[in-house]
Amino acid sequence: MNTESYWSIFINASLVNNFVLAYFLGICPFLGVSGKMETATKMGGAVTFVMLISSICAYGIHALLVAIDAPFLQLISYIVVIASTVQLVEMFIKKMSPTLFRALGIFLPLITTNCAILGLALFQTNKAYSFSQSLVYSLGAGIGFTLALILMAGIREQLEFAEVPDVVKGTALTLLVAGILSLTFMGFSGLGT
Amino acid sequence: MSTRITNNTDKKSEPSSTDEFIKGLWRENPVFVQVLGMCPVLAVSNTAQNALAMGLATAFVLLMSNILVASLRNFIPKQVRIASFILIIATFVTIVDYAIQAISVDLHKNLGAFISLIVVNCLILSRAEAFASKNTLGKSIMDALGMGVGFVFALFCLGAVRELLGNGSLFDVAIFPESFQEWIIMILPAGGFFTLALWLVVFNYFKVKKAKG
Repeated sequence: MNTESYWSIFINASLVNNFVLAYFLGICPFLGVSGKMETATKMGGAVTFVMLISSICAYGIHALLVAIDAPFLQLISYIVVIASTVQLVEMFIKKMSPTLFRALGIFLPLITTNCAILGLALFQTNKAYSFSQSLVYSLGAGIGFTLALILMAGIREQLEFAEVPDVVKGTALTLLVAGILSLTFMGFSGLGT
Repeated sequence: MSTRITNNTDKKSEPSSTDEFIKGLWRENPVFVQVLGMCPVLAVSNTAQNALAMGLATAFVLLMSNILVASLRNFIPKQVRIASFILIIATFVTIVDYAIQAISVDLHKNLGAFISLIVVNCLILSRAEAFASKNTLGKSIMDALGMGVGFVFALFCLGAVRELLGNGSLFDVAIFPESFQEWIIMILPAGGFFTLALWLVVFNYFKVKKAKG
């Protein structure tokens, strides 16, 4: 059993080992939906929600798989749970806000293939977190993801007005900004131990 | 059924199977042109060896899942196709995960959770959905080989640059003299972003030049 304190888990997951900027998880939506602030915020919310649910499910599944001694089923069962959760969120958003549904577009079903979520489920299992620790961990990771997305969206909205050379336009520019953001987040490394 | 297949086939792709192979290497390179499957590309490309191992593992899963998806494409109902593809991919990733663990425990430790994360590599799912589910077995194999080799090539480009500058070596063999001051930043996460950005700039440069000339 892991005895890390809740606060330390939270800071570690959200800032020090930020899923996007330190672990490179969830880069696709990070590059894809960080163009506008509003979509970025809502995407962050959706991802955080899916993370929370799948973290709870992953905890249950892990306990079950240990009980029946079938660790090789871990990956397959995790991905099925995540896919179903995403389907649920997709139906919910479609019903509640068709505008947001259109704005998120293809990136909504692609939350399934967001490595951040599967990564979270795998990491919490590897670190042997208890149930409440897993919850805090997934919340921290979700908030960290949202934070990175919002920071990126803010910078990219400003960059719209900047003149950049043709060759750097598009993904290359976004990656350069991401690199600088990642450097900034290295400053947090003194916080967690 | 046949009309659906012809309608959805990528209009740009040529019918010959060699072309399906070549396109993955350069014109539609999964990393540099399509910008797919970024997470493992950035995360495990800190040394050339890790990058190569990760690339080969991904290429293997890509090939096997493309073969299976193409063979089963007429049996999988359209509504549950994504779920089926993911299950097929997850099965092969589990195999690769255990195989790497059996071959080299050190390598398995270096790559860490990123082997399991091949499941959610958008490249593999996108090839299954966009190509293998609509084309014959032979073409799908060529497509997977091309994309796989293109992916390995891209990962190696990144890994080599990062290891060379960040560690002064290539495949753990020292290249630069002792006096070389390592660029630690290249091994850190930020270096991954910068290196990939620069490779994209190189590719864009050729694209812009070709468009102008």
